[in-house]
Amino acid sequence: MLLEVRDLHVEFKTRDGVAKAVNGVNYSVDAGETLAVLGESGSGKSVTAQAVMGILDMPPGRIAGGEILFQGKDLLGLKEDERRKIRGSEMAMIFQDALSSLNPVLSVGDQLSEMFTVHRGMSRKDGKAKAVELMDRVRIPAAKERVGQYPHQFSGGMRQRIMIAMAMALEPSLIIADEPTTALDVTVQAQVMDLLAELQRELNMGLILITHDLGVVADVADKIAVMYAGRIVEQAPVHEIYKKPAHPYTKGLLESIPRLDQKGQELYAIKGLPPNLMHIPPGCAFNPRCPMAQDVCRTDVPPLFDVAARRQSACFFWKETLDG
Amino acid sequence: MAEAILEVRDLVKHYPLTQGILFKKQVGAVKAVDGVSFDLAPGETLGIVGESGCGKSTVAKMLVNLERPTAGQIKYKGEDITQMSGRALKAVRRNIQMVFQDPYTSLNPRMTVGDIIGEPYEIHPEVAPKGNRRQKVQDLLDVVGLNPEYINRYPHQFSGGQRQRIGIARGLALQPEIIVADEPVSALDVSVQAQVVNLLDRLQNEFSLSYVFIAHDLSIVRHISDRVGVMYLGRIVEIGRDEEIYDHPTHPYTQALLSAVPVPDPDAREHRERIILTGDVPSPANPPSGCPFRTRCWKARERCALEVPLLEVPAEFRLASGPAHHPSACHFAEEKRVVPDAGSG
Repeated sequence: MLLEVRDLHVEFKTRDGVAKAVNGVNYSVDAGETLAVLGESGSGKSVTAQAVMGILDMPPGRIAGGEILFQGKDLLGLKEDERRKIRGSEMAMIFQDALSSLNPVLSVGDQLSEMFTVHRGMSRKDGKAKAVELMDRVRIPAAKERVGQYPHQFSGGMRQRIMIAMAMALEPSLIIADEPTTALDVTVQAQVMDLLAELQRELNMGLILITHDLGVVADVADKIAVMYAGRIVEQAPVHEIYKKPAHPYTKGLLESIPRLDQKGQELYAIKGLPPNLMHIPPGCAFNPRCPMAQDVCRTDVPPLFDVAARRQSACFFWKETLDG
Repeated sequence: MAEAILEVRDLVKHYPLTQGILFKKQVGAVKAVDGVSFDLAPGETLGIVGESGCGKSTVAKMLVNLERPTAGQIKYKGEDITQMSGRALKAVRRNIQMVFQDPYTSLNPRMTVGDIIGEPYEIHPEVAPKGNRRQKVQDLLDVVGLNPEYINRYPHQFSGGQRQRIGIARGLALQPEIIVADEPVSALDVSVQAQVVNLLDRLQNEFSLSYVFIAHDLSIVRHISDRVGVMYLGRIVEIGRDEEIYDHPTHPYTQALLSAVPVPDPDAREHRERIILTGDVPSPANPPSGCPFRTRCWKARERCALEVPLLEVPAEFRLASGPAHHPSACHFAEEKRVVPDAGSG
């Protein structure tokens, strides 16, 4: 297993109390595999990723428990300079907003070649040549001419390609992409997702794709983990989850998406709001919004039940959900 | 169609590009909107979709008179509002209200919800006399599904979805006939989006509103709209009733846009042909000659560079009576189905 997150807990100290952002997350991803982590804002999907990358702001953040095993090593036991060596060369991250993640006062060529001069000790000249090569690889037209340009001179899609190039630069074995296409237009979204999937196949990398969009991941993911209030509520291979969700939250999400091929009268809407992380409801965190909630849901936290092979759901009534 | 409540004709908005500091001279223009025409019937929802930079938000701003058009007309019940000023304009504005995209920046953080929703009454006191304004605001909160007791709270005490409800309540305060909604749900979480869309749907029936609904998300637009206009680089390239656009698109850009929408169904992928466009949208400061879409179009021929295609029913469908009979600005329009039938996935 390339990466294994075990029982991870992350909390943030705030003025109003402790916000429990991640409450016992388990997931794993293998080489060549794509795991999609799905959730709404505040579900803990990005915080988990930041903990894996080791870029969590601490304080106010704190890892309150758990293990992150990368190629068998527990990352949480490593010193900062050891983690730094892993970051970039072994695992890399692609952020949502390319414009604010790129340095506006350095040319894209400088930023790309920095990967090679810092991590690989290359000369600036060789680094520059590598940068052009990378830009070609992510299909930026006229790479040679554009290598000296600054981020603002590129379009949104092209900037995201540069982010991808930067993440790929040292051929890491794991890439975490946090909402890589959310800021892009649909026609460009498809281009960027295709590129990402292609490079992943080529390099046989593990890919963790973080998103709130059930549509985007349907095409590329192998398995999906759905998060709610800092926990994984359902985990399954991609085909099964869309056909037959085993958790009422997943089911509600799927039903609430307007579809291109349907013009319904009223959209199904999950009632209520996601919980405040400072006051997560007792029992199942989803119970105040759940149409199936019973007394047991208000008192006991549902464990992850095995629904089928490689399939789990954190719902006492997963059977009923599957059938209903 | 019933008599249009809003008629938009050849609307143009060019932002000048200038050079020099002391003696500014115009060296060009960003052609944000370059000849847009449509009608809006009472009680109807017109969806306008397009990618960023296509001019859809500029159209919205001109409809509510936040931007003055460079040329063209916007007729509200037969009267051109672009030429109005003073009292006449104020009266019209009451009837055309706007809901903004970002519920975080469109509400003043220092005002209470009651003041935000009640502020329109300061400008149009005839709608609600001073004495019962508070009651009116509380009624509005109730209508949009918020607790009327929240009237003294501040925007930061609400979630994104609730804030958007506040924005909608403010839009409704003056009992307008038309609401222009500029991407009202794109900043919201999926599970909350559906709630707000349903709310807009319900309000339309309750108050017989006409909507101009602007979005980049074709699925949401289909859900809420009676008619849809697709914009590209400042122009409407195709417009028609919902099934005409979604099931029988004839413009290649519409087809590409539809095929690029990710469908939450991994099995549907096999039934779908995907058209992936190359390149980016050209700059509106320097649009291509002829058809604006030709630089990304797989069908482009010489004629496309020379002649601007007009938004009209294409010649090959002019005699047909089927759903392909709708305006599409393409020299080589042909029908192509890209969205599979419901249930085939």
